[in-house]
Formats: sequence, C-alpha cells, structure tokens
Amino acid sequence: MEIIMSVAIGFLFMAAVYLMLSKSLIRIIIGTGLLSHGAHLLLLTMGGLGGNSPPVVADGVSISDYADPLPQALILTAIVISFAVTSFFLVLAYRSYQELGTDNMDLLRGTEDHE
Amino acid sequence: MSNLLLFPIIIPLFFAVILMIFPKRLKLQRIFAVIGAGVTLISAIVLLAKVDADGVQAVTLGSWPAPFGISMVSDPLSALLVVTSSIITLFVVFYSFPSIGVKREQSYYYPAVLFLMVGVNGAFTTGDIFNLFVFVEVLLMASYTLIVHGGEKPQLRESIKYLLVNIISSALFVAAVAFLYSVTGTLNMADLAVKIPQIEETGILTVIAVMFLVVFGFKAAIFPLYFWLPGSYYAPPIPILALFGALLTKVGVYAIMRTYTLFFTMNVGFTHELLGIIAILTILAGCVGALAYFDVKKIIIYNIIIAVGVILFGIAQLNQPGVDGSIFYLLHDMLIKAALFFLVGIVAVLFGTTDLRKMGGLIKTYPVLGWTYLVAAFGLAGIPPLSGFPGKLLIVQGGFEGPQFWGSIVILATSLIVLLSAVRIFIYAFWGEPVETVPLKGSVFNQMFIPTVILVAITVVFGVGAELFMPFISGAGEVLLNPSIYIDAVLKE
Repeated sequence: MEIIMSVAIGFLFMAAVYLMLSKSLIRIIIGTGLLSHGAHLLLLTMGGLGGNSPPVVADGVSISDYADPLPQALILTAIVISFAVTSFFLVLAYRSYQELGTDNMDLLRGTEDHE
Repeated sequence: MSNLLLFPIIIPLFFAVILMIFPKRLKLQRIFAVIGAGVTLISAIVLLAKVDADGVQAVTLGSWPAPFGISMVSDPLSALLVVTSSIITLFVVFYSFPSIGVKREQSYYYPAVLFLMVGVNGAFTTGDIFNLFVFVEVLLMASYTLIVHGGEKPQLRESIKYLLVNIISSALFVAAVAFLYSVTGTLNMADLAVKIPQIEETGILTVIAVMFLVVFGFKAAIFPLYFWLPGSYYAPPIPILALFGALLTKVGVYAIMRTYTLFFTMNVGFTHELLGIIAILTILAGCVGALAYFDVKKIIIYNIIIAVGVILFGIAQLNQPGVDGSIFYLLHDMLIKAALFFLVGIVAVLFGTTDLRKMGGLIKTYPVLGWTYLVAAFGLAGIPPLSGFPGKLLIVQGGFEGPQFWGSIVILATSLIVLLSAVRIFIYAFWGEPVETVPLKGSVFNQMFIPTVILVAITVVFGVGAELFMPFISGAGEVLLNPSIYIDAVLKE
C-alpha cells in the first residue's frame, strides 16, 4: 500500500511542477493545489498507514498494532490552511486579471519604472 | 509552568478581532491598534523579565504531558525577539498614521498588522515544529493581505509571485515535517533534541536538515532562494515594507537558528559548513544588489539580504562568540532595518520619487533628518559604538575561532560595501544641488519623524549600552549552545 501511495505522491508532485511551470495563472493555481495534495498524502503515508488497526491504545491493543492518529490531525490542519491559501490565490488571480488585463506570467514581469 | 508566554500571541489576536468589527471608524481603529500593540509590548517585557529571573518558561497546551501536547517555550532568545518585534510593530503603527493613507486604514489595515504580530510572536514562541508551520502560515496569510493591501497594479503583480513562492515553500515544509516525523516519531522540538542523537543512521537526518534549510531559506531569503524578495518587497508602501523587512525574514532566520542549534547537530561538519558557505554567498549576492541600484528602497532591501547572511554565518560557527554575535546582530538588524525604512520613506515622500538621481540637497532644509539618517547608516554598517558593531565583532571573532576564518574576512570587507551603499543615499539625497521637494505639512512630517527618531535612538542605546544588554544576549546564547537547558525546561515540568 505504501508503494502505491508513494507512486501517487510522486505523480502528484510531477503534475504540480509541470502545471506550475506553465504561463497561465489558472494552471499555476491548479498546480499549487496538486502540490499541497501531494504534500498532504506524503504526511499521511509517512506516519504509517494503519489499515484496520484502532487509533487508540486500549485493553487488548498494544503499542505495536495501533494506528498513529497524529498524522491525521496534522493533515487536517494542513488541508484547512491550503484551502484558505488557494481560495485567496484564486481571488487574487481574478482581481489581477481585472486590473492588469492578463493572466500570462510572461507579461507580469518586472516593474514599470524598471531601468 | 506559566501562561504568561501566551499573552504576546493572544493579546494582538484579541485586538485584531475587535478591530475587524468597525473598519470605518478611523479614530477607534488607530486607538485600538496602539493599545493592542502597546499592551502586547508590555506583556512581552514582563515575559522577558520573568524568563530572565526564572529561566526558560514552558507550557504544554491542554495540560497534556510534554511531548504529546503542543509545547510553547519561551527561552531568552525567543523572549528577546518577541520584545523586539512588538517594539517594531508599535512604531510601525505610529508611523502608519500619516503615511499609509486613510483609505487603507479603513480597509482592515490594522487588523492585518496585528494578525501578523500574532504569527510572528507565535513562531518565535512555539516549541513544536508543526506548530511552527501553523504560525508561519498565520503570519504569511497576514502578509499576503498586507502586500496586496490597496490593490495597486505593481502590488497585485508582485503579490502573485510572493504567494506562489510561499505556497511552494509551505508544501516543502509539510513534506519535510512528514519525513522528520517518519524518522523520529515526534515533532516536539525538545523531544526531537532527545531522540535525534539516539538515531545512528545520520544520513537521512542530514537530508532532512538540508530540506528544512531550503524551507526556512525561502522565508529567510538566503542565497540562492532570495530571488523573490527584492521584487515583492518593493511593491507595498513603506510602513508595510518596514514591517516585512524587520520581521518576516527574521522568522526564517530564527527557525534556522533554532533547528540548527537544538537538534540538527548530528553532522555539523556537513550541515553547518554548508550553512556557512551559503551565508557568505548570501552576503555577496546582497552586496551586488545594494550597489547596483539607484533606488533608495531597493538599496535597503538588498541590505536585508546581507544581514541575513551575516547572522547565519555566526550561527554556522556554533561557538559562543559566533552565536552571541548572531543574536545581538539579529536584534540590532530588526531595529535598524525598521528605522532605515522609516527614514527612506520620509525621503521618498519629500522628493516624490525613490530614484536617487532625482534627489539632492536635503540637508539644507531638513538638517535633523539628514544627521539622523547618517547615524542610522553608520549603525547599519557597524561603526563603533553604534549597534551594528558589537554583534559583527563577535560574529567575526567566532569565525576566526572556527574553521571558516575566510568568512570573517569576507564579512569585514563587505562591511565597507554596506557602509558605501548606505552612505550613497546620504550623499545623493542630502548633499549636492538642492532639488525641489514636495511641500509637506510640518505636523505630518513630525508624525513620521518622531517615531523614526525614537527608533534610531533605541538602536543607539542598544549599541552604546551593549554591556547592559550582553547578559541577556549571552543568556540566550547559552541556551542555544546547551540544548539540555531547553530540553529540561520542556520535558521536566
């Protein structure tokens, strides 16, 4: 299972990098979304996938066969944060498109009074 | 166990939330912003006194035992940084009154500043690496708001890049935390410091250490990850720029300081040498930029990068003078950068431009401004007895005692370039043929100038009275060099 997850994470990172290297702003935003998905899955996988094991240590459950609940708490926090940042990025992109009249990163270079 | 160390985080949060209720009431906004920042400063000073008297303070939230709950730790270093960042925020709020513009003030400017304070103070105080990520996100979110605040075209264009760079570095942060957790099974910094020396396989930990260096390097603007900084910091207005220049990169620097002294010490020969080399390259890259531009804002912005390199070089030496010097220089740099941005802000307002070639002769009309700038510029370059001197002296001494003595030579040589870049502003803007200035009301000028002068005076006191502050600094350095003090404070309550 960990192998499949690792391949999926690698693919997400690859797709994210590909998208973020394009010129169109909306593709870049989708790329950042995929990048954070990849990072979150990595967090989950690195904590060890518990399978059916219970997440608490109780009677009859020893330390060796319980699923670590901490990565899930971490991933939840990270998801909330990346959701907020992505929505801010979308609003920013829309506003910039209105003000600057383009979503092409090539045209968003430098400053006007650049020497 | 004391909850005191949470006040510098909770108080600005509380005031920021209150301020969001009535964005249009200008007077109330200003009053509450000052009260919020002021009360935070007072609580930070009380905290510093407590840490100085009783040693490292730690509290683990929710009354969980230490490695399981989220620990907040206030050692002398973090208390000093919280005090300094609170001072700067308070002065930035004062400086914003005349300079930021009523329209911005009525659009949630002060709440954003206070939220930034929450994130910065939290990042300085936290004792948990994932919680550090959360607080960094809090301060980044506030900084996204501030960098685009006002929505001018350059701001929009630059904030897209700023946002993108920080999203990538945050994703890497999460990935690095994931690797660290899978290797050590803990995220509490004190617990990490206990567990990491027990792991025999140091290769993977070295990789993780370098990953964290990349993550924090994005925030701290080290070579070669500083590329986003000059463009992004150039866009927002001066008070926001001062806040960013004084606080944001320093959070990255602090995170490197903390992780590279507390637990990533298993392979010093590689990681710290790498850090030292990167620090020197950062200084050189910053020097090139500081000399290349004729723009007052750009010159000071590149000086931020130089200072980051100087501080990190001291940490990389990992000996007592180097670390003490880094802490001293870090505090000095936060204060002096804010003061310099304030000063060039006034100069830019007076001339209506930031281009040095269109300035001149200000010393005849505003002599006090000129001499204040000169004092600040000398402080930046580290001319004794001003505040840049003791820190740099100790860092250079640390370099000569360590293996990277050539780095100390570079720092000494580049001090001259720093001096040249700062004095160049003085020569162009204050000497020479007078250029017509934009008429500025005396009261507005005073409102901008008084906080600036006080801040410069603080840096002078910090430099001249260095002996007075050295006990605090060496106390902070002692905790960094002896992780057992930190560990005991967190794990044995």
